[in-house]
Amino acid sequence: MTQLDSIPAIETSGLVKHFGETRAVDGIDLTVPAGTVFGVLGPNGAGKTTAVRILATLLEPDAGHARVLGHDIRREADAVRSRVSLTGQFASVDEDLSGAENLVLIARLLGYSKTQSKSRAAELLDAFGLADAAGRQVKRYSGGMRRRMDIAASIVATPDVLFLDEPTTGLDPRSRNQVWDIVRALVAGGTTVLLTTQYLDEADQLADRIAVIDHGKVIAEGTSSELKASVGAGAVHIRLREAEQRPTAEKLLMDHLGVDVYLEHDPVALTAHSADAGLVSGAISELTTSGIDVTEFSLGQPTLDEVFLALTGRPAEDETDETTEETA
Amino acid sequence: MTTHSDHLHGTQPVVDQKLLAAISSQQRPSKPGAMSTSLTFGWRALLKIKHVPEQLFDVTMFPVMFTLMFTFLFGGALAGSPREYVQHLLPGILVLTVTMITMYTGLGINKDIRKGVFDRFRSLPIWRPAVLVGALFGDVLRYTLASLIVIGLGLLLGFRPDGGAVGVIAAVALLLVFAFSLSWIWTALGMIMRTEESLMAVSMMILFPLTFISNVFVDPATMPGWLEAFVNVNPITHLSTASRGLMHGDVDTAQVSWVFIACAIFVAVFGPLTMRLFRKKE
Repeated sequence: MTQLDSIPAIETSGLVKHFGETRAVDGIDLTVPAGTVFGVLGPNGAGKTTAVRILATLLEPDAGHARVLGHDIRREADAVRSRVSLTGQFASVDEDLSGAENLVLIARLLGYSKTQSKSRAAELLDAFGLADAAGRQVKRYSGGMRRRMDIAASIVATPDVLFLDEPTTGLDPRSRNQVWDIVRALVAGGTTVLLTTQYLDEADQLADRIAVIDHGKVIAEGTSSELKASVGAGAVHIRLREAEQRPTAEKLLMDHLGVDVYLEHDPVALTAHSADAGLVSGAISELTTSGIDVTEFSLGQPTLDEVFLALTGRPAEDETDETTEETA
Repeated sequence: MTTHSDHLHGTQPVVDQKLLAAISSQQRPSKPGAMSTSLTFGWRALLKIKHVPEQLFDVTMFPVMFTLMFTFLFGGALAGSPREYVQHLLPGILVLTVTMITMYTGLGINKDIRKGVFDRFRSLPIWRPAVLVGALFGDVLRYTLASLIVIGLGLLLGFRPDGGAVGVIAAVALLLVFAFSLSWIWTALGMIMRTEESLMAVSMMILFPLTFISNVFVDPATMPGWLEAFVNVNPITHLSTASRGLMHGDVDTAQVSWVFIACAIFVAVFGPLTMRLFRKKE
């Protein structure tokens, strides 16, 4: 590990990739220290998947350089491949085969003997809570089991760097927590993890550092607290019973909290960027005493939307028209 | 790594001991050789047949359908009786059937790409052609099965090869080599075409002229000159002539050599093309 500590796990400079007219990745510079979790946060179509595919040697960049564990991704692709794993956004195992067969297949391809492959497959299935489904075809797995299977397939031989492309998109909260636990265990075991996500919450839970990307460019980078500081520490979300009372509530909140108040699409909802619990509870009781009926309020972290609003001045709209490019 | 953020939930992250044990790094085994890797992919093809036996439908139904249909359709008109015609037709029908079903190689690869499994294989530190060579090994098994069905059915219809078992086995072996070599066209196309439908259409456009404009059904001497010229260079013509020769014990070694030359050309052109497409696949 001493050698790993001295060189960054991932280093990119000026990485560019076009798909026709679209600059999916438009000059990305990143440095990921070994042994850490790095979160790449951005909306659909921001270029996250393309960047990950370049780093995992599945795509060649049009310009720029990248080194993974000190190996150039173009000239030393094989050396990179023998030390990294990718868990893509889509199926990365054979759906027609059972869970056990998939893992044995990969173990055999990596050079394990037949018996070693079988015991490695059994060990992983057990650790990932899939032992009961070992003989079942993967196409009959639930979404959460499927995701764990994808990750298990990526760590048959423990990688030094693991790329996880949106590991929890579409998962229920319980499955999401299981995936998070796996990521934590991997990092505890010394693996560097680069994960892409659309959820600030997820990046916050797992990542040591976060890069926010948009239109193929890094627009902000830092720890989760640094990013949140750039949007204001947090936000209070308030819902009223009567929509007509919103203008009065807005004014009261502005006076009391001393910050701008955003009116949500929902006509009874307001958001203010303030996380000072004392000020906020004062403001809520102020609303109530003025006869404004508050049905719900919560103090929360800023969302990806709010980070985006603060960084780009526009919300992180779902750019679905670009998704096809990104996953092509 | 877990110093931040968990206060929000009031729980410390629990790292499962079993998980940690499974993850803790062990020695990576040394990289397996090209042959071993290809055989592993061949094993994958066998597992797929085990789980999805319906995929054998094409290798069982095509041969039965073709053999019966053409023997009785043309038998009376072309050779006086189906029994006489089957002596001439069967080696050709075998060639046509197996050549037709090589197309499914491309469909399998196309599906692997669309489903994303290819990304996994491409991200592994393996001898890359093994993914395709292994798939072709699996296909050779399917072609063998199809050959057995055609020959078995032929024997029932009165096919009596003068070359005996040795001649028939030699003909099937030659056909398998040809099918393996021809399949590299489909692996390349399987990577180029975006959808299964378009791949199917293009494959048919190649296969129909290739198999029917040959000497499988009729003597090329009855055709107009330009067509005869095509028939005479068509590798399927050489293959079916060689198969007839081997099965009936009067083989012309020149025909067999032409088949091997055609095989070498298919592999030399479409093998590297496939691998190039495989590397550059986006």
